[in-house]
Amino acid sequence: MTCTRRNLFLAAAGAVAMLSFSPAQAQQATEVQLTYSGSQFQPGEVRAPADKPVVIRIRNLDGKAMEFESKSLRVEKVVAARSEGVVNVRALKPGRYEFFDDFNEKARGALVVQ
Amino acid sequence: MLAALIIVFREVFEAGLIIGIVLAVTQSVPHRQRWIAGGVLAGVVGACLVAAFAGVLSQLFEGMGQELFNAAILSVAVIMLTWHNVWMARHGKEMAGELRAVGQAVADGSRSLWALAVVVGVAVLREGSEVALFLYGVAASDGGSATSLFTGGLLGLALGGAVCLFTYVGLLRIPPRALFATTTMLITLLAAGMAAQAVAYLARANWFTALDVVVWDSGWLLSEDSLLGRTLHTLIGYTDQPTEMQLVIYAIVVLVTIALMRLVGSQPPRPAVAAG
Repeated sequence: MTCTRRNLFLAAAGAVAMLSFSPAQAQQATEVQLTYSGSQFQPGEVRAPADKPVVIRIRNLDGKAMEFESKSLRVEKVVAARSEGVVNVRALKPGRYEFFDDFNEKARGALVVQ
Repeated sequence: MLAALIIVFREVFEAGLIIGIVLAVTQSVPHRQRWIAGGVLAGVVGACLVAAFAGVLSQLFEGMGQELFNAAILSVAVIMLTWHNVWMARHGKEMAGELRAVGQAVADGSRSLWALAVVVGVAVLREGSEVALFLYGVAASDGGSATSLFTGGLLGLALGGAVCLFTYVGLLRIPPRALFATTTMLITLLAAGMAAQAVAYLARANWFTALDVVVWDSGWLLSEDSLLGRTLHTLIGYTDQPTEMQLVIYAIVVLVTIALMRLVGSQPPRPAVAAG
């Protein structure tokens, strides 16, 4: 009994390991570009298709760090001054997902998923 | 100024809670201030370094450096917290039963303190690097608003200190006998919550995306961004949208801690070294 259980557990662990490191996911992802300058997102609204992972690339052109944050996307990422940040987002249902700069909440934008 | 206060307070809040708990846990251990202060100091220095090299860190691992760094230091904290619990299960009894020489107990006490100092350092490091980046940005931007923002930041920091103090004083109101059980449970859930957070970071980095289906959304009931939500997030790892893997890892950490504590606690204590 214990032996079977252990085997089951090992099989499950193996399956989990295979699932988690599949590179296929990264290939299908849609890439979305954002620029942050003068404490504003450019463009203020970006679009992505539904049911596909999204990669958001944020270029911060300002001289200070910003934190790209979105409650609905469950994302938080510090982007240092004059550098680029990459955010991975899982496949999304259609909808409007707002994001903002956590260090300056006046800077806002949205990802529209269709 | 208020915005700066809120931003900084939100960041130092979690560190404040954790330091408060560690202070209560180590209440009876001599020289603890030295260790905890050392942890805070190392955390502050580390936070400044992380902030200074934030750009470089971000670019590592195909842009996922930050996420992996966070997952790594959270894992270190989980190991240290678990180790502390297991260590206390073994030696707490001996120390209480005066089976060991006082000198040895003090040495052991500081060995456990070392683990908790690391936990404090990690907490300060994680939250502090964002505060450092924010305040640096404020200081770098010209204009008269910088002083006001800076004052706000300092007030936020002071409020974080107050959270730490309240946590400590609150925990000390618990009678000594119940305090040990309480802090053991707190530390176990703290570790499980941190492990679940580490899972979230690994998922964001696309390194560990198995079972990443959100199990429930309790945001309508208790948002993770409310003050209570944040407190519970730090203390017991509350998340309003946990994934399957986060729940699995959470359960594993709790069960492993209980199993290790049982295993180690049930062993007969090693005979004290007869040295006079």
